[in-house]
Amino acid sequence: MDIKIIGAIASADERAAVDAVLGPPASGWDGGTRNAALDSRMARGGHAARDRRDELLPALHAVQDRIGWVSAGALNYICERLTVPPAEAWGVVTFYHLFPTSERAPRVAHVCDDLACRLRGAEQLCATLERTVGPAGAPIEAGPAAGSTWVRSPCLGHCERAPATMVIEAGAPRRATTLAPLATAAAIAAVLRDPVLEIEPPAAERLRALRASVPQLGDPALRLLRRVGVVDPTSLEAYRASGGYQALVRALELGPQRVIAEVTASKLVGRGGAAFPTGRKWEAAAAAPAKPHYLVCNADESEPGTFKDRILLEEDPFAIVEAMTLAGFATGCETGYLYLRGEYPMAEARVASALAQARAAGLLGDSIAGSGVRFDIEIRRGAGAYICGEETALFNSIEGKRGEPRSKPPFPVAVGLFGKPTVVNNVETLASIPGIVLDGGADFAALGTPGSAGTKLFCVSGEVERPGLYEVPFGATLGELLTLAGGVAGGGKLRAVLMGGAAGSFVGPSALEMPLSFEGVRAAGTTLGSGVVLVYDETSDLMDALLRIAEFFRHESCGQCVPCRIGTVRQDELLHRLRGSSHRGAEGARLGELKLLKELGQAMRDASICGLGQTASSAIESAFALPLGLPGGQRA
Amino acid sequence: MWGSNARETHPIFFHHLLKGVHNGAKLFAIDPRRTTSARWADLWAGLDVGTDIALAHTMAREIIASELHHREFIEHATRGFDAYRDSVEEWTLERGSRETGVPADVIREMAHTYATSPRAMILWTLGITEHHNAVDNVLSLINLSLLTGHVGRYGSGLNPLRGQNNVQGGGDMGAIPDRLPGFQNIENAELRAPFDAAWKTTIPPQRGYNLTQMFEAMEHGTLRALYVIGENPMRSEADQNRARRLLEGLDLLVVQDIVPTATSEVADVVLPASASWCESEGTVTSSERRVQRVRRALRPPGEARDDLDILFDLARRLGHDWGVPDSESIWNEVRRLSPAHAGMSYARLQAENGLQWPCYDETHPGEMFLHSRLWERPVPGERAPFQVLRHELPVEGLDDEYPFRLTTGRRLEEYNTGVQTAGYKSPTRRGETLDLSPEDAERLGVRSGDSVRVRSRRGEVVAPVRVDESLRPGLTFMTFHFPEDVPTNLLTIDATDPRSGTAEFKAAAVSIEPLAG
Repeated sequence: MDIKIIGAIASADERAAVDAVLGPPASGWDGGTRNAALDSRMARGGHAARDRRDELLPALHAVQDRIGWVSAGALNYICERLTVPPAEAWGVVTFYHLFPTSERAPRVAHVCDDLACRLRGAEQLCATLERTVGPAGAPIEAGPAAGSTWVRSPCLGHCERAPATMVIEAGAPRRATTLAPLATAAAIAAVLRDPVLEIEPPAAERLRALRASVPQLGDPALRLLRRVGVVDPTSLEAYRASGGYQALVRALELGPQRVIAEVTASKLVGRGGAAFPTGRKWEAAAAAPAKPHYLVCNADESEPGTFKDRILLEEDPFAIVEAMTLAGFATGCETGYLYLRGEYPMAEARVASALAQARAAGLLGDSIAGSGVRFDIEIRRGAGAYICGEETALFNSIEGKRGEPRSKPPFPVAVGLFGKPTVVNNVETLASIPGIVLDGGADFAALGTPGSAGTKLFCVSGEVERPGLYEVPFGATLGELLTLAGGVAGGGKLRAVLMGGAAGSFVGPSALEMPLSFEGVRAAGTTLGSGVVLVYDETSDLMDALLRIAEFFRHESCGQCVPCRIGTVRQDELLHRLRGSSHRGAEGARLGELKLLKELGQAMRDASICGLGQTASSAIESAFALPLGLPGGQRA
Repeated sequence: MWGSNARETHPIFFHHLLKGVHNGAKLFAIDPRRTTSARWADLWAGLDVGTDIALAHTMAREIIASELHHREFIEHATRGFDAYRDSVEEWTLERGSRETGVPADVIREMAHTYATSPRAMILWTLGITEHHNAVDNVLSLINLSLLTGHVGRYGSGLNPLRGQNNVQGGGDMGAIPDRLPGFQNIENAELRAPFDAAWKTTIPPQRGYNLTQMFEAMEHGTLRALYVIGENPMRSEADQNRARRLLEGLDLLVVQDIVPTATSEVADVVLPASASWCESEGTVTSSERRVQRVRRALRPPGEARDDLDILFDLARRLGHDWGVPDSESIWNEVRRLSPAHAGMSYARLQAENGLQWPCYDETHPGEMFLHSRLWERPVPGERAPFQVLRHELPVEGLDDEYPFRLTTGRRLEEYNTGVQTAGYKSPTRRGETLDLSPEDAERLGVRSGDSVRVRSRRGEVVAPVRVDESLRPGLTFMTFHFPEDVPTNLLTIDATDPRSGTAEFKAAAVSIEPLAG
């Protein structure tokens, strides 16, 4: 590999952090001390070294966790260790916004300013922080909070308890927690000042917060959420006592083919947004001749307004571990990756603990549950890139590359992670699996509607009385769901609902009768997406939401393909013009802008490589098509 | 890859090699330095300069001792195996490791992997051939391929990488002392006869001089006139003081080139020629024996003329009218006289993107690899002989006065003596340096950029130091890309292999003296 390392040298701490992940260097050739006698006579490298490329992100995380930012010296050292050219590694490190490449204070408050948190004053909160604490990113220089800072963050997945702030303190070990609601600048400043960062709230407080997040908690009708708040998520024993791992045992009895048959019979479709039949995906991957096969759990939940997977991973982690094990068994995978978004420290801790316990109990490893079948799971952390939720971008990210989507076909079941057949399932999809295996596919298929089997999690947030995660069978209407959530907050009047998140679309009050099923929303011209139901009332600033969505896509476009890279920028500029004063009173000019908006949307839909560009204009265009009184849009 | 830094010296070829690597092929690099090519390798073996035969013998001995040799192939297609086996018997891993400096387990791993791979190739360049025993070095590699049957089959074989796109073609067309077009031996009357008939003359029946012999003949005064086409011996010959004296002492020196060179500066006549890749019509032949068409895209500038034009005019002045030069009719003459090229019409070369010789008639598809006959039963023609070889260290050993081994080579951004590259800017050009191991630099008390005087028994130069961890203690490296600044070939030795005529550019003994300030 052609590698020229010049300039900065890693500090002892940075080296130690990297070595803790990669092991000590083997020779003077990969960053160790030169042993002239041996190193001048032989060197290894080649495939063995390049095959470790997928450890690039874990190594970067190690430095980020320990130091709080990735210096040129640290990057150089990682490059030497993994034989990655520094220019290439630079392209990777700068792709992910949780890896700052200039010096940053060790304790950082990441203040969410995304859709749901904006409705709870996040923008004013940031403005106050700027005034009272200092500009975003700048280290606080004096006082008890010295050595800390704050930055803005995209959705932290705590929309039901908005506004949210995640605090990370670099060190050995890193400490991280998400606080929600954390509604005042003073409260954030207080956290930055705390001598010791509290990361685990007292149990009583945690349960109170959980009751707020999952208002249906304890309801016997729940399926996916039945253990939440009821079964201790940190105990394998408690999980097993609640029926955990019975499905895996059953699956091992049934054998892969019958397991896949049950999943196919269940009519389960993917819950990540694309709604692809899970049984068909499994069947195709299981039959793929190339080996090995990989299983990937897509836990890169980054769609603004979405928090369902986080709650499942935090509150029922063993269920996901069991479901992955079962899926791996059914599809002939020996290795599973759980790609977890970097903004979910609590979920990471819970899943890591679940994996360790499962491994110790022989439920992962060389012979799962004594079956002789090998399967194990590795957590891979994202680092702040919405696009990595796209499955092929996610593969690239696991492989240690920029998270840029690949062209499809080939599809992942044939050519996926590391170029091998790969099954990718969303967390919620996997959470449905144990029930299907235990109760039979037919039982699951009988739930919901004929076209949409099972139950669905909805992330209700915004201007409702009881925001939270709700599980309802497919077919319940939007109105019923909102009633479950207590209706519009403060008895206000509903103006619009954002369905499916930033990549979804807006519906108006006329959609309350719409059944929440794939066929129901399709008929209404909208989407379920990842299950986001974000409610806006008469007082909400919808134009602000649209601008935020446009900024979000502009920022999150990976830049690989032109329609999306340019289109998201033009769309953002266009919305700023519409909101600004330049077209005041000039209805014709506004209509011209809307025509251009549609053209941009069409170009991105037609020509973008992946779903990001294809959906980047859908929410915005849908809003202008509704009678919401937006500038240039239909009158209210 | 043995004695080749293809990453820098054959970058386009290396690109193709990397395709294989990306498809999973293992790459071993055998080179005294851990070059940028070696950095791509799964395993690098840093042998002492000039111990290639020792390493090849040790690998062979290990392959035989582990019974990994290809008995069936050896029996059917080769001869002389028993004598060869006996000759390498003493080359145990311990002895080989002691002699080459390469750890025994590394030799063992290379031997086993080479022998047991379904397909394996050996590539080499000047690391093998710029030695006083160049031919033996090559033969030692051929022995390995015969031992394992890695020859004459798809995906296996021996590949000497050529320095230019048409080195193969030059040899094929008879631009070497003992060959006629079609690589036909000039000393064979039967092969010579068709040429006598076609050219209506009598071709001298003896081989001519190679370059080294020419310089010897100049030294003896028996060669008094020299016509140099596209060479710069003033800079590229080992022991440059001698080269200058001999070239300047000639009665007549004619230089035909596309750019001014140090040699053209002392020439009596300079003939400006065209750049063959873009200003000429004709063919080139690559290392894989593929003959391809070259087309004229530009007119030569100024008074520059096509090489054919110049040669035809010269012939006319010497009393032979060859008519009007036309590349296709000349090529058809080649096809009439060289059976291996007979089937390669211009039309086919164009339609089939080139053809690999031998190509005996218009229906012959050409051969993707040579020596496939060795796999026929029985083998037609001669069996391939194993050669019994003796390991010999470089002519110039190291001693207290000249304690450092100097080896020379090339860099990516430069080409030979810089005639065609020095005029261009390069962001990575760093000029001539004496590359030193970190340990030697420390011992000498020098750092990168410090000037040192490098002295050999033949001359001395001053160059800045560049500390390079790819070198082991005792080994130094220079290029000869900047002869105007640092005439490296003042240091090199002109000990040559009598059979190939190549000088031992890879191994001189030098001393290093740090210069104050």
